[in-house]
Amino acid sequence: MNRRSEILVGLTTLIRKEIKRFLRIWVQTLVPPAVTMSLYFVIFGSLIGPRIGSMDGLDYIQFMIPGLIMMSVITNSYANVVSSFYSVKFQKSIEELLVSPMPNWAILVGFVAGGVCRGVIIGFVVFCVSLLFYPAFTVVNPALTITVLFLTAILFSLMGFINAVFADSFDDISIIPTFVLTPLIYLGGVFYSINILPDIWRNISMANPMLYVVNTFREGMLGVSDVSIPFALSMIVLFIVLLSSACLYLLNKGIGIRQ
Amino acid sequence: MNKFALEITNLKKTYDSGAVALKGINLTVAEGDFFALLGPNGAGKSSTIGIIGSLVTKTDGKVKIFDIDIDKNFPEAKRMLGVVSQEINFNNFEKVMDIVTTQAGFYGIPLGLAKEKTETVLKRLGLWDKRDEQARNLSGGFKRRLMIAKALIHEPKLLILDEPTAGVDIELRREMWDFLREINEAGTTIILTTHYLEEAEQLCKNIAIIDHGDLVENTSMKNLLSRLDVQGFILDVNEPLETAPVIPNFLLVLDDPLTLSVAIQKDQSINELFQHLSEQGIQVNSLRNESNRLEEMFIEMVKKSSS
Ligand SMILES: Nc1ncnc2c1ncn2[C@@H]1O[C@H](COP(=O)(O)OP(=O)(O)OP(=O)(O)O)[C@@H](O)[C@H]1O
Ligand SMILES: [Mg+2]
Repeated sequence: MNRRSEILVGLTTLIRKEIKRFLRIWVQTLVPPAVTMSLYFVIFGSLIGPRIGSMDGLDYIQFMIPGLIMMSVITNSYANVVSSFYSVKFQKSIEELLVSPMPNWAILVGFVAGGVCRGVIIGFVVFCVSLLFYPAFTVVNPALTITVLFLTAILFSLMGFINAVFADSFDDISIIPTFVLTPLIYLGGVFYSINILPDIWRNISMANPMLYVVNTFREGMLGVSDVSIPFALSMIVLFIVLLSSACLYLLNKGIGIRQ
Repeated sequence: MNKFALEITNLKKTYDSGAVALKGINLTVAEGDFFALLGPNGAGKSSTIGIIGSLVTKTDGKVKIFDIDIDKNFPEAKRMLGVVSQEINFNNFEKVMDIVTTQAGFYGIPLGLAKEKTETVLKRLGLWDKRDEQARNLSGGFKRRLMIAKALIHEPKLLILDEPTAGVDIELRREMWDFLREINEAGTTIILTTHYLEEAEQLCKNIAIIDHGDLVENTSMKNLLSRLDVQGFILDVNEPLETAPVIPNFLLVLDDPLTLSVAIQKDQSINELFQHLSEQGIQVNSLRNESNRLEEMFIEMVKKSSS
């Protein structure tokens, strides 16, 4: 058999399986972000938003939309890969992949693709929800928006993968999302522009990677950003390269998957 | 020239915990063989199989499958190998059919063909009726069969089964034996581990025994059996006896009035014994083997190796 088509079939099988997995449990995977985000829109957008006034020259709800979409994309891509790969490890069905002729990079691509699909679908769902609350929304730069959407989903899927590789218990797969990811997202400019912060906090915020993701996306959707876009994009790409290499290294070494 | 289906050289494994599972094993299995890998719990059987199937990393040594080094050309080696692990390794919440088709996909078999092959293999293993069931609803024996179905989906030339009949009832076990014999006759080389020596005796042409990570024995089943020079028999007689009959060259023991036990040397004939007994007016109703002699020899060997 032709090696290339062998890998391609293996990869499609894995991606199909990953997508089926989160679609099958759609009540746990697709609905909650839609519900949570609706609440955010109602409370912060419609009820409190008008009292906040404008943020970076935009209606508050409008300002918030890209942030909330990014927040959903980040948490969901991460969650998808960390829980899927950890359960595959936990149930030992990882052996199905390990005995097969699939190369490690294809295994990585398969899981990441699953996370990306879930992230992107959720991003789209949240966007649709936001249109209910702010129908006038138009996307300023669709190309940049889509690019950042995908890059972000890839980046956080990779992080989820690394988390799963090192996880030894179900606790380990919720520690990072709860104690690292969520705080960084909340403080990363989802709800406010860092321009409203005192200097010191603004400078500290500049070290938060979420800020770059959220602001690049906001630039794409609304044309406003607190950070330099070329810089942010290159950092995102750089981190994707670094994290994929790390993932491949871990897989090749068999860390966490081969005894 | 006889080709080796499996060639293991100086295989060593030390786990991260420090446990030494394999101390340098050398082993060859010829193409077409039906091979038993035996040894007590913790001997290193599963570790060996894990390494062959790339589920466990080796500390040192070489593994070749049909002359292909698994380190040098892993895709080719894996295409020829099917592994049935000792522990269940499928997602219990998936359907039987999906589990097998997915495994086929990982081997590069396109979906349409994968479905056809899945149908064939599920039918052969009596799982077709259960194709739409979630795997967790299967009984233990059927879960084992599902594991075998998964390992056979890409028609491997070498099939390795780690305790495939553990916890499988007698009838199912016999069926599984027939099935394995069939695919072995059709050309698949089979290696299995088992704690039922009767199973190894029934199925296997050659055996290896490992213990504490060392190879203790590697020989043919025939050779092994021929080493059993004394065989114990139990005879049920038709009329109660008061004392054990005395027959030259045979030592008979009266277990109870209707039961005699006797040890027969390899060069002795059991017919001669019957003749002497009937001369004394004793009729034998039935005859059976005293305990599993293979098991006893096995225990001897393992004891010797650890002392
Ligand atoms: N993941 C692991 N981590 C640490 N030690 C291990 C691991 N797996 C096996 N061992 C150790 O390696 C040795 C060999 O184990 P292995 O599972 O290969 O034995 P086995 O012959 O298959 O036994 P059994 O008949 O019980 O299945 C044992 O001492 C075992 O405790
Ligand atoms: Mg074992």
